[in-house]
Amino acid sequence: MKVIEADNLVKRFGDFTAVDRISFEVEQGEIFGFLGANGAGKTTAMRMFCGLSKPTSGIGSVAGFDISKKPENIKRSIGYMSQKFSLYNDLKVWENIRLFAGIYGVSKNEIAIKTDELLKRLNFESERETLVKDLPLGWKQKLAFSVSIFHNPKVVFLDEPTGGVDPVTRRQFWELIYEATLKGITVFVTTHYMDEAEYCNRVSIMVDGRIEALDSPKNLKQQYNAVSMDEVFHQLARKAVRKSE
Amino acid sequence: MKQFGTFIKKEFYHIFRDKRTMMILLGIPIIQIILFGFAITTEVKNSNIAIWDPSKDNATRAIIDRMATSKYFDVAAYVENSDEITPLFRKGKAGLVICFSERFNENLLHSGKAQVLLIADATDPNTATTLINYATAIIASGQQDMISQTNIPFRITTETKFLYNPQMNGAYNFVPGVLGMILMLICAMMTSIAIVREKETGTMEVLLVSPMKPILIILAKVVPYFVISCVNLATVLLLSVFVLGVPVAGNLFLLILVSMLFIFVSLALGLLVSSLTESQMAAMLISGMAFMMPVMLLSGMMFPIESMPLPLQWLSNMIPAKWFIIAVKNLMIKGTELSAVVKEIAILCIMAVVIVIVSLSKFKNRLE
Repeated sequence: MKVIEADNLVKRFGDFTAVDRISFEVEQGEIFGFLGANGAGKTTAMRMFCGLSKPTSGIGSVAGFDISKKPENIKRSIGYMSQKFSLYNDLKVWENIRLFAGIYGVSKNEIAIKTDELLKRLNFESERETLVKDLPLGWKQKLAFSVSIFHNPKVVFLDEPTGGVDPVTRRQFWELIYEATLKGITVFVTTHYMDEAEYCNRVSIMVDGRIEALDSPKNLKQQYNAVSMDEVFHQLARKAVRKSE
Repeated sequence: MKQFGTFIKKEFYHIFRDKRTMMILLGIPIIQIILFGFAITTEVKNSNIAIWDPSKDNATRAIIDRMATSKYFDVAAYVENSDEITPLFRKGKAGLVICFSERFNENLLHSGKAQVLLIADATDPNTATTLINYATAIIASGQQDMISQTNIPFRITTETKFLYNPQMNGAYNFVPGVLGMILMLICAMMTSIAIVREKETGTMEVLLVSPMKPILIILAKVVPYFVISCVNLATVLLLSVFVLGVPVAGNLFLLILVSMLFIFVSLALGLLVSSLTESQMAAMLISGMAFMMPVMLLSGMMFPIESMPLPLQWLSNMIPAKWFIIAVKNLMIKGTELSAVVKEIAILCIMAVVIVIVSLSKFKNRLE
């Protein structure tokens, strides 16, 4: 089943074409890496898939809903987490969970049960009443991710989720991502860390608003005759004409 | 609806957990009322004055006694010659010096004319004028006593009558102003900062991606500040009635209604600012410069609008607080009926509608 489909999606701001005819499909349960230098158009594309902005032309769908026509349905079927977002610092751990689960319409009983479950799984039980601002960054990110998939979305969009986190915690974070895919959740992730790109099932690399390469990390490395994704990325990113923001 | 409730709860947490800000929000009305009511009054109490009395006769004695016993003046010094006067002012020992002419009583009885020179420190012109007025009034009343005792009608006395505020009570004037300022501060400034804060931390993005309707997100942010504004409104009214003794002469219900209208306008202004700015600092500067300053300077709270240059008078018409303050003065102090404030209410309504439309359309554009 295709969870994300994009067919010649274009987003223009005046004369500037931020996203230029991108087309791809993402299967259910897949981890799809969405790479690109700053200003390549990743964020704009992601905003379209999240139902935040409408494409200028082209067709796209997320979780079976058209992105131009049914953004409200899309919003209900996805989860979202970004590097900048680390929950509300002045709310306690359980209050954050309750708030976001509540926004997505999870029932009170379910919230209570799943909160216990979640805190246990993350070994966070003792931190239930802690204000989020008192947690270390790595913990915040793990918690934020767990909150973003609390309502069992079809797709979760992760916008540079591991920015500023140490390698050990990053590794743990990716374990959480794998766990999520086992439940059938599709993961759409942008990152600047090329070692993380290796963890993805498939990776697309955007340059100047276009998708220049799309394949599994293994095939990409073969195709570009590179030893690592880092090398692949640099070969492609060098072609960029557009200045990064 | 349930989501909306959860959301409002969250906003209250944000406010209550930030203890310092909350203290400021709830403490400001109390502090301002007390400051304006007792410390920063335009009334003059217990001002130090000095006396130069070369005659030392019954008439001057009587006037000096009146001065000393009045609550406005304390006699701080007696001077023996004119050279001593300047140092008194320089050192700030006296704000007013009363100089009697020589042979004061004699002149008064024989020629029906005697002179008193009042010298005031006019570095603060308002205070100086007030001091002179009080002193003149005291001298005049002393004069009248003397006339009645001697039965010689030699002076015409003028009588001044103050309407609405017979004791010239300063509190009457500032209560509406303080109310306008506090409501503007909490509604416009705090609301815009609260909304922009979510943009700054990035949480706004997550909320927008969620199924929550954007308009509900914003409304939920506004509700707590609306509640706090109502609490502050109650605080100010209670303090002014029971502590300062300012009566609510008119219809209390109408007064509250007008205040609600003003709260609404201010909240809409806060929304407008939040949709125009990206950082808390910018939101604070804009609300401070564009809303708070004009409220203080142009709304008639501190300086009478009538004495402003024409362009500033026109500008003052654009300030919601001006109309609010006029309406509150009418309703609270003069005790006028609804018909007297219809114009102000209509203007505030129009402002509310315009601001809401503009800020909502701005907000929509942001989302696209």
